[in-house]
Amino acid sequence: MYYNFLKILKEGLTNNNGWKKTWQNPQIKKKYDVIIIGGGGHGLATAFYLAKEFNVKNIAVLEKNWIGGGNVGRNTTIIRSNYMLNENEAFYEFSLKLWESLEKQINYNAMVSQRGVLNLFHSDAQRDSFIRRGNSMIINGADAELYNVQKIKSIYPFLEYENARFPIKGGLFQKRGGTVRHDAVAWGYAHAADTLGVDIIQNCEVDNFKFKSGVCIGVETNQGYIKANKIGCAVAGSTSLLLSKANMSLPIESHVLQAFVSESIKPIIPGVITFGAGHFYISQSDKGGLVFGGDIDGYNSYAQRGNLDTLEDVCESGLALMPTISKARLLRMWGGIMDMSMDGSPIIDKTHIKGLYMNAGWCYGGFKATPASGWCFAHLIAKDYSHRLSENFRLNRFKNGYMIDEKGQGAQPNLH
Amino acid sequence: MSEFIYYGDASLLKRPKWDNKNAEDEFYKYLYLRKNISGFHKELWFHQQGDRSWLIVTRNTKNHEIIRVELATEVVKGLDK
Repeated sequence: MYYNFLKILKEGLTNNNGWKKTWQNPQIKKKYDVIIIGGGGHGLATAFYLAKEFNVKNIAVLEKNWIGGGNVGRNTTIIRSNYMLNENEAFYEFSLKLWESLEKQINYNAMVSQRGVLNLFHSDAQRDSFIRRGNSMIINGADAELYNVQKIKSIYPFLEYENARFPIKGGLFQKRGGTVRHDAVAWGYAHAADTLGVDIIQNCEVDNFKFKSGVCIGVETNQGYIKANKIGCAVAGSTSLLLSKANMSLPIESHVLQAFVSESIKPIIPGVITFGAGHFYISQSDKGGLVFGGDIDGYNSYAQRGNLDTLEDVCESGLALMPTISKARLLRMWGGIMDMSMDGSPIIDKTHIKGLYMNAGWCYGGFKATPASGWCFAHLIAKDYSHRLSENFRLNRFKNGYMIDEKGQGAQPNLH
Repeated sequence: MSEFIYYGDASLLKRPKWDNKNAEDEFYKYLYLRKNISGFHKELWFHQQGDRSWLIVTRNTKNHEIIRVELATEVVKGLDK
């Protein structure tokens, strides 16, 4: 265990001169057993679990920019397992369990904070649907509680309860949900994978795949050709672009999702709150900034920035829910490119090409899914068959008609 | 509420014929698979809060630059010929 109390004490007394780099910058080898393309949360988690749980040696993670610069650092840091469909709920509950033990596993403080996620409802019909979802969560081994208005008032006295159009009628609460410091997730997985011998290569962009008699045998990168037995793609919004080089057309559209942070204010929001009448979710970081977001912008985009009408819409939703934040000033905003799938659920599968594997379609769910996604993808790559929790997240579900459409929106990615 | 709403890739105008020999496969591709282009993308927009026309907009998905707007009805007439 590299990071420990005695080490901190010793370094504190000796000017912090003795710290090693969190991960090394190794020379690229000519050949790897497994190459993971994409050094985001999912890619790094995959490499870590491949090395730790599936005993694969000789792994590289190729990242086109720097570790932590993609979607893993462009989200609202929320973790939860409050889905209704069994395929999703079992998977996200596994993920939440992995979050609970993550910091010990990776020997890194990721500030996992189970401060509770509260989904507010505003009508009797919505209460019924939330109760149904809560029951589905409990059946799948997660925790869920129904909060009445009185209970919510005792935690969040400042919400707009008497809104004429959308009065707050109660909420579905998941106590084990919460937030995690997102950058530390990337750094922590990178540190832990590096400790197990994984090569983490930054500024290494894959330009093309190399095939030999129908098998994927390597990648062409801006740092030269690298051979590999197995290649896994975990590149979120860039999945369609990367896999078009393998002649694949995917059930994915890339959309931009924005997140916003206000200036630091005194502690006011102890947990995570979601507004059930618009699309708005908010929490407060440990530094005091209000971290919030809403819908995707709604049209295909590869620009890692969003538009102002979405900002306006998100802020209007926020003020309808909690007028008290109207004076807080916006400090930062950013956009990440989401791989929106046709049914709103992810894809963890082999491709039609031997040796080439894909992990994509995370829509909004990417950050909270990081540990389970890494685990299931590692399982698939190591054993060549799906983990039981991801066996429904396969490409053929679109052809067979077994969609996992949590919101029931149909094949319209900007509505998921 | 936005003046224009987005519907998706303009390839949706080319709906397969129901009685084609490979209709099942064609509809799978039509409904689910997308090129998801980075660069100039032809896409459908509906002028919901205006004259309620369907438009084909050619827009760069890297920087949102719009270089062409056509009426979908006109383009579809061209497709039928």
